Amino acid sequence: MTYRIDQADVAHIAHLARLRLSDDEIEAYQGSLSRILEVIAVMNAEDLSGYAPMDHPLETVNLLREDRVAPGLERASVLDTAPSAEDEYFRVPRILDAP
Amino acid sequence: MNDEILDWGIAELQRRLDDRQVSTVEVLGAYEEQIAIQEPEVEAFLALDLESAKDVARQQDGRRARGEKLGRLAGVPIALKDNLCTMAFPTTAASKILEGWVPPYDATVVERLRRDDGIMLGKTNLDEFAMGSSTENSAYKITHNPHDLERVPGGSSGGSAAAVASRMALVALGSDTGGSIRQPAALTGVVGFKPTYGRVSRYGLLAFASSLDQIGPLAGTVEDAAIVAECIMGHDPRDATSLQEGSPRLVEVLGEGVQGLRVGLVTNLLATASPQVKTGVNDAIATLVKAGATVDEITLEELEFGLAAYYVVAPAEASSNLARYDGVRYGLREPGATVEEMMIATRTKGFGPEVKRRIMLGTYALSAGYYDAFYVTAQRVRTLVRAAFSRAYTSFDLLIAPTSPTTAFRIGERSDDPVEMYRSDVCTIPSNLSGDPAISVPARTDDDGLPIGVQLLGPALSEPLLFRAASVIEEGLR
Repeated sequence: MTYRIDQADVAHIAHLARLRLSDDEIEAYQGSLSRILEVIAVMNAEDLSGYAPMDHPLETVNLLREDRVAPGLERASVLDTAPSAEDEYFRVPRILDAP
Repeated sequence: MNDEILDWGIAELQRRLDDRQVSTVEVLGAYEEQIAIQEPEVEAFLALDLESAKDVARQQDGRRARGEKLGRLAGVPIALKDNLCTMAFPTTAASKILEGWVPPYDATVVERLRRDDGIMLGKTNLDEFAMGSSTENSAYKITHNPHDLERVPGGSSGGSAAAVASRMALVALGSDTGGSIRQPAALTGVVGFKPTYGRVSRYGLLAFASSLDQIGPLAGTVEDAAIVAECIMGHDPRDATSLQEGSPRLVEVLGEGVQGLRVGLVTNLLATASPQVKTGVNDAIATLVKAGATVDEITLEELEFGLAAYYVVAPAEASSNLARYDGVRYGLREPGATVEEMMIATRTKGFGPEVKRRIMLGTYALSAGYYDAFYVTAQRVRTLVRAAFSRAYTSFDLLIAPTSPTTAFRIGERSDDPVEMYRSDVCTIPSNLSGDPAISVPARTDDDGLPIGVQLLGPALSEPLLFRAASVIEEGLR
C-alpha cells in the first residue's frame, strides 16, 4: 500500500491545520511528506492484527486525588500574557456572522 | 582556580562549599568567565541572566554563613531547555510563536531544582518545539558542538548538551520524546538520562507528544545525572500521568557494580552504527564483562518498525498539542478580520518549516479515511515494540546498544533531508514508544576526536540498575 499524496491533499491538510502555504511550499511539502510516508509504510508489511493498539505507556486509569481546594494561577497574571484581553476575557476578532 | 572549579562535580562542589574552601559567588564567577569565553562560539543559550544567578549565590553564601543547611543542589549552576516554563525567563521553545512570552508559572521540575537550591543560569537552545535531531530547527540560532564548531550538537536538547559539554553549566535539563536527551548527550560526550514515563512530572513542559515526552538530566558524570534525577523524580499531583512512586535512590547504589548482571546486546541496533561507534559500544561491553556481567547477543527485529510508528504517533500528538497556539491566549497574534483569519495568519507566521511539516503529517495521519491505516497501526506497533522488550527482559536484566548510529554530523549535512535526519533517532525511539528508561554514557571518541555514546536500556522502573551499569562503563572507560 502506498500513500503518495498530491498537491491538493497538501493544500487540504494545511487548511485543516490552519496554515497557509504558498504554491512553492505546497510543492516542497508534497515531496518531503511523500518521502516520509514511504518510510512510514513499512509498518504495513507486518500483520499486526494480533497486537492491540497501545494508547499510552501507563496502564493505570482514573486515579482520583483528594477533592481539596488548592491555589491555582492568578487570573490577572494569565490575562497579562495574552495578546489582547478585556475585563476578565481574552479578546479576539469577530467570530459570529464573520464576513 | 577557576578552571579547577569547573572540574568539580556536584558532590565535590558541595564538599568545598561546606568546608568554606570556596564561596558560591566564586563558583558563579568561574562559570561566568567560562560563559564569556565559550558562548560566543558555542551559542548554547537563548536567554542568560547571570546577575540574578549571582544574587542567588550571594544569598546562599549568607545563609551558609548563618549556619543554615542548604539543599543538595546548593551552588550548582544549571541550564534549562527552553521548553520548560520559567517565571524568571522568557520561554520560547525556540519558536517565533512564543517570542517574548514569560510564563505565569514554573514547571514542576524547575520548582524542584529551586527547592534544592539549584542556581538557574538561563534557557538553552533547541529544535523548535523539540522537533529535530540537530538543534538546526531553532528559529533563533544554530548551536555548535564544542568538540568541533562546524558540527551539530545533536538535538533537540542540543543547547543543554553543548552547555554542559563546554562547561558553561554543571548540569542541565532536557526533554526526550524520541531521543532528544540521549542523542545530543552522545554527540557532545556527556551523560543523558531519559527516565521511565511518568517518573518526572511534565507539568510546565511545553508539550510535543504527550505519551512520549519525558524530562531528564544531562550532566558531565553519571553521579551528577543521578543526583539531579533524584531531585526531579517523584509524584506530582499536577500531572495526571505522574507515577505514584517516590523518587528511587540512585546515588547510593552507584558503587554496587554489575556482578552477575545479564546484559543483552541488541545486534540489529548495533548494525545501524558506523564502525567506530561499534568499537565504542564493544569497549563499553568489555568493561561490563570485566566487572562481572555476562553479555550475550539478542536480535529484536520488531524495533525496526519503531521509527515508522514514531513518525505517526509523535506528529499526530503534536498536531493536537500545537493547536493551542492560535493567537488567543499567549504568544504571537497576527491581525485578521475574523478569528479564523487571525489564527491562520498567526500560525503561518509563527511556526517554522519543520514544525509545519510535522503538524501536517499528524493532521493527515488523524484525518478521516487514514486514521486506521496510520494511527491505529502505529499504536499496534507500540504494543509490538513493548512485546519485543518484554521478551528480551525474560533473558536479560538490561540491554545495550549505540545511542546514535554516527558521531556528530556537519551543520547543514542533513537539514535538507528530513528522512535522513529522522534516522538519527532509530536507536533511541523504541524506549519512548515503550515508556521505558534509558541512559547514554560517553564511550571514548572516534578518530576525529568526536564523542561516541553507548546506550543502556532497561524495563520500566529499572533506574537503579541502569545507573549501576552506567557507572561501571564510565569508570571502565575513564
